[in-house]
Amino acid sequence: MNIVVLIKQTFDTEAKIAIKEGKIVADGVTQIINPYDEFALEEALRIKEKSGGDVLVVSAGGEKVKEALRSALAMGADRALLVETEGAAVDEGIVASALAKAISGLSYNLVLSGWKAIDDNSAQVGGRVAETLGLPQVNVVTQLTIEDGKALAVREVEGGTETVEVPLPALITAQRGLNEPRYPNMRGIMQAKKKELKVVTLSELGVSGAPQVAVKNVVLPPAKQAGKLFRDDVATSVAQLVQALRNEAKVI
Amino acid sequence: MAKVWVVVEAKEGQIKKVTYEMIGLASQLGEVEAVVVGSGVKDLAPGLGAYGVGKVYVVDQPELAEYTTARYTRVLAELIGQEQPAKVLIANTAQGRDFAPRVAQRLGLGQISDVTGYEQGQFVRPIYSGKALAQAEAVAAQAIITVRPNVFNAVSAGAGTAEVVERTVALQPNDLLEVVREVAKQVSVRPELTEANIICSGGRGLKEPANFKLIEDLADVLGAAVGASRAAVDAGWRHHSFQVGQTGKTVSPQVYFAIGISGAIQHLAGMGSSKVIVAINKDPEANIFKVADYGIVGDLFEVVPVLTEELRKALA
Ligand SMILES: Cc1cc2nc3c(=O)[nH]c(=O)nc-3n(C[C@H](O)[C@H](O)[C@H](O)COP(=O)(O)OP(=O)(O)OC[C@H]3O[C@@H](n4cnc5c(N)ncnc54)[C@H](O)[C@@H]3O)c2cc1C
Ligand SMILES: Nc1ncnc2c1ncn2[C@@H]1O[C@H](COP(=O)(O)O)[C@@H](O)[C@H]1O
Repeated sequence: MNIVVLIKQTFDTEAKIAIKEGKIVADGVTQIINPYDEFALEEALRIKEKSGGDVLVVSAGGEKVKEALRSALAMGADRALLVETEGAAVDEGIVASALAKAISGLSYNLVLSGWKAIDDNSAQVGGRVAETLGLPQVNVVTQLTIEDGKALAVREVEGGTETVEVPLPALITAQRGLNEPRYPNMRGIMQAKKKELKVVTLSELGVSGAPQVAVKNVVLPPAKQAGKLFRDDVATSVAQLVQALRNEAKVI
Repeated sequence: MAKVWVVVEAKEGQIKKVTYEMIGLASQLGEVEAVVVGSGVKDLAPGLGAYGVGKVYVVDQPELAEYTTARYTRVLAELIGQEQPAKVLIANTAQGRDFAPRVAQRLGLGQISDVTGYEQGQFVRPIYSGKALAQAEAVAAQAIITVRPNVFNAVSAGAGTAEVVERTVALQPNDLLEVVREVAKQVSVRPELTEANIICSGGRGLKEPANFKLIEDLADVLGAAVGASRAAVDAGWRHHSFQVGQTGKTVSPQVYFAIGISGAIQHLAGMGSSKVIVAINKDPEANIFKVADYGIVGDLFEVVPVLTEELRKALA
């Protein structure tokens, strides 16, 4: 089984957001692998441990993204590929086209990604990559079984789950619940340094084009007004709360 | 005027509320038309006229009885290619977010995801887990917009019927590769988290799984959905499908009750856009009080039963 995992480097979940001239400031912010992509990578490693094969991690971004790729190698991925986009104006369509182009010539049975990136909240790149590569997809997956050239995947839908079967090669996007990602150990970190990390540029891939979506501005959400705290005895506090919900907020 | 499409989302023969919310947004953007896709769904179309939809395209074929990515992508991409609407509004639900990017990529279109506002020609969408808002616009005239449920006001019914245009789309062999093996519904009488008007969530403060009964009783009095913090999910008290937050569900109900939840930034990421937030916590310094509209500082084991009783009386 050859597995490709798409990972994005994102802000740490605790990161505070600063905005300058309508843009998010990334300087000095701790970066991590997008949490959903860790589930994807962990799943790839487990499949490999069971049935052998090769795990390639691919990420599009700037030089700094090598850190995320090294972490993925330390977790156990075999090889890494950076699609260098430093300075280029990209959107989900361009990133997906570049990622798809970068892996299109390789032999793979399965592509795994996260279902969404927690920074841009787009939930697009997985589906766009699958479309470009002409692969069937199963999205927001919490359980995956690979057998007889097929993927049997349980995906989350409103109020329940669906179990979907697709032939390989296919693209699966990972949701929390799929597994518990491992932490890299010392040995993994040492080995990661010796593993292959290739770089390919957008122009080498022949991917160009202007973004289709223009972000005009980024703002902080309006600050919330201080709320009302009830701290009397239980009966009084509850009565005040019920009164407020009914007559002031008018939501009950 | 530009044609703006709303892709109708229906379940078991019922049009979902998010469809009417999308019609509300679409009416600000241009002339509203709708698309209904499925099997045995034709009857849903004419009634949309009462909501201000002029024309409804219907693709009603037996192979579309179950949702599958490839079939819906085929149908939507083909219709959009033929009719060239300017904007296509799709619900940001399990279904909509699945096929929308594929349609976008097939047609070479931009997509603005998870939109929660429209102001001065810009689509507003939460990014960085709601810690920031992006104001975006599509560069080309044509684009796909996915819309967060429960945020826009639903249009209410007036009079009128829509013109119904039936279409057939030829599916290709590749569209039939996916097989839906099983559809499992959670046996719950409560509303779905992402669609609920009221949510009652419990966290580590509940101390043990059995105490979730307190949350459930409160939820049942309010007709609310039940949610959980990650700590409650990690402890195994609740299945992860109940988790609200950065790595759980994003919700925006009218009222969100956070009970025994500290208000970690990753939890706020999932419920910060709720209209009214109510917190019950014994720690007056808990972070959740910073975002709460109303809070009771107290022991949840004392407060919640009394609150449930009071609401039962008030709502009787
Ligand atoms: C990558 C990442 C992703 C994450 N994603 C999520 C996510 O999606 N959702 C999420 O929720 N968390 C998420 N977290 C975890 C988050 O950081 C917190 O650990 C978690 O939200 C804490 O849950 P809690 O509020 O239930 O527990 P705690 O933080 O332990 O809070 C319990 C609260 O209960 C109160 N309490 C205790 N006893 C009582 C009582 N008797 N009466 C009243 N109040 C009482 C306490 O004062 C306290 O405030 C994530 C973390 C990471 C690193
Ligand atoms: N720059 C990128 N490099 C590699 N993978 C990416 C990139 N952007 C997005 N992805 C993958 O696509 C998923 C969805 O991202 P998004 O569409 O940005 O929400 C992520 O979880 C990643 O697996």
